[in-house]
Amino acid sequence: MLEVMGLNAGYGEIQILRDLSLTVEPGECVCLVGANGAGKTTLMRSLSGLLRPVGGSIRFDGQELARLSAHDVVTRGVALVPEGRRVFGPLTVRDNLEMGAFRHLWPPNKEKGRHDGFGRDLEFVLTLFPRLRERLQQPAGTLSGGEQQMLAIGRALMTRPKLLLLDEPSMGLAPLVVKEIFATIRALNAEGIAILLAEQNARMALRTASRGYVIAEGRIVNSADTAALQRDPAVQEAYLGF
Amino acid sequence: MDNASTVLQLLFSGIGTGSIYALVAVGFNVIFKSTDAINFSQGEWVMMGGMVAAATVTASSSPVWLACLFAVLVVTAVGLVSERLVILPIAKPTPLLITLISIGLAICTKSAVMLTLGKNPAGYPGFAGDALVTVAGATVHSQTLWILVITAAFMVLAHLFFEKTVLGKALRAAAADRDAAALVGIKARSTVMWSFAIAAMAGAIAGTIITPLTLTSYDAGTMLGFKGFSAAMLGGLGNLYGSLLGGLLLGVLEAFASGYISSHFKDAIAFVVLLLILFWRPVGLIGKPVVEKV
Ligand SMILES: Nc1ncnc2c1ncn2[C@@H]1O[C@H](COP(=O)(O)OP(=O)(O)OP(=O)(O)O)[C@@H](O)[C@H]1O
Ligand SMILES: [Mg+2]
Repeated sequence: MLEVMGLNAGYGEIQILRDLSLTVEPGECVCLVGANGAGKTTLMRSLSGLLRPVGGSIRFDGQELARLSAHDVVTRGVALVPEGRRVFGPLTVRDNLEMGAFRHLWPPNKEKGRHDGFGRDLEFVLTLFPRLRERLQQPAGTLSGGEQQMLAIGRALMTRPKLLLLDEPSMGLAPLVVKEIFATIRALNAEGIAILLAEQNARMALRTASRGYVIAEGRIVNSADTAALQRDPAVQEAYLGF
Repeated sequence: MDNASTVLQLLFSGIGTGSIYALVAVGFNVIFKSTDAINFSQGEWVMMGGMVAAATVTASSSPVWLACLFAVLVVTAVGLVSERLVILPIAKPTPLLITLISIGLAICTKSAVMLTLGKNPAGYPGFAGDALVTVAGATVHSQTLWILVITAAFMVLAHLFFEKTVLGKALRAAAADRDAAALVGIKARSTVMWSFAIAAMAGAIAGTIITPLTLTSYDAGTMLGFKGFSAAMLGGLGNLYGSLLGGLLLGVLEAFASGYISSHFKDAIAFVVLLLILFWRPVGLIGKPVVEKV
């Protein structure tokens, strides 16, 4: 489904990702663990079109994404939940979710059917995150960190992704909320949405995903089933704090 | 004339011109929100609105309101096309670059109007002719009342547009976080185009409704732009409701300064207000401090 080959990316003169390759199969939940500054966010930005890679290819369902801009990548069925959530603070929760469906709602009068689809998608997200339903008219900027993370995921779901990219969904959240978020990620994966999850919280990520990659200094240094990674002494020492 | 009616008279005239400044300020704010740039062509669109309406009234026998409507449509299209021609082609549009290019755009717009519509001052009667109306003892030009009504209507519609429509919300979303907007399929470049169209429309409306009271000419844009910019700064740059507050306040200050001190002092007011606000409260009266994102 997603096939990244020989990806090189960075900021200006500084190269961060070096010859990076990975794959995600349909319906899979794959995690990407790595320390601060390893390049997880840089990879996520490249995959979603926010950052133009210098070289290499990103194939998704047979199409090349590496040269597309973010607003085109999302139409191919890849949605990023960015690091730090990035909800639209001044807009209400409902309007944030509506913006997730932007490309189905604008330009208008395409077909009526799409509008009905919006109602269904909204109901799906609100069932997934009942706390958002109680706060539909509240400005997103006033939500708690956990609620903002739920909203960011909900907004991405409104784009109807086949592959969901999650960049540090646990960042800055209390353990209980982290559990909740990861349970939701598992539920979404069970619905058939493929997931690529970047996390510093390796323990949670390895428990949630079925396969994992270890990234260090912009390269993939290890990849295996999460069960095997959890047993790997090097992984245990570096990322699980044994 | 007694004292109370003088005050009322000045108040009306202040709110009238203040409405114009508010509309121009909306233009500055809409473009600032979507690009972080100060658009120097804003005042030229105001002038162009008046000039095109005047030329239309002269060339055809259409009623004034129809000529004004036509002028607003023309200038809105000019704003939209300007963005496609000079802003879209910029590979890396930084706020400074857009601001600089808008200076060039302002000069071109002014020259184009001068070459096509001439150097003579132009005007036309108000929507209700040049009738005067007495309101609570103050004598007011009927066009002043039209200005109040049209500005109020525009503000309500703009509010509804930004709060209730998909496109309006998308413009606010992109202003709040460009990358996050791109991730849901909102093209930053399209939002900039729409903001230019809306800003040009606000400017043109201001120009067409004030011209019956003041006349206009190809070189009137700079001062109108400056007044609108001062109003935007006064209210708080990037804030729609701040525009209205800043515009009305500036208009009323001007009216009272010229009424009680000297009319020579009128244009200096905007300058003094701008300086004071920059020193004392750069975020404007109801603006929030911009938090730098890391
Ligand atoms: N805009 C930028 N300009 C220059 N360098 C950057 C930029 N963003 C990130 N970097 C650098 O790229 C490297 C990788 O950063 P990245 O954000 O991808 O890491 P990460 O794995 O997501 O880390 P974290 O777990 O802290 O989020 C870091 O050395 C960082 O300093
Ligand atoms: Mg990161």
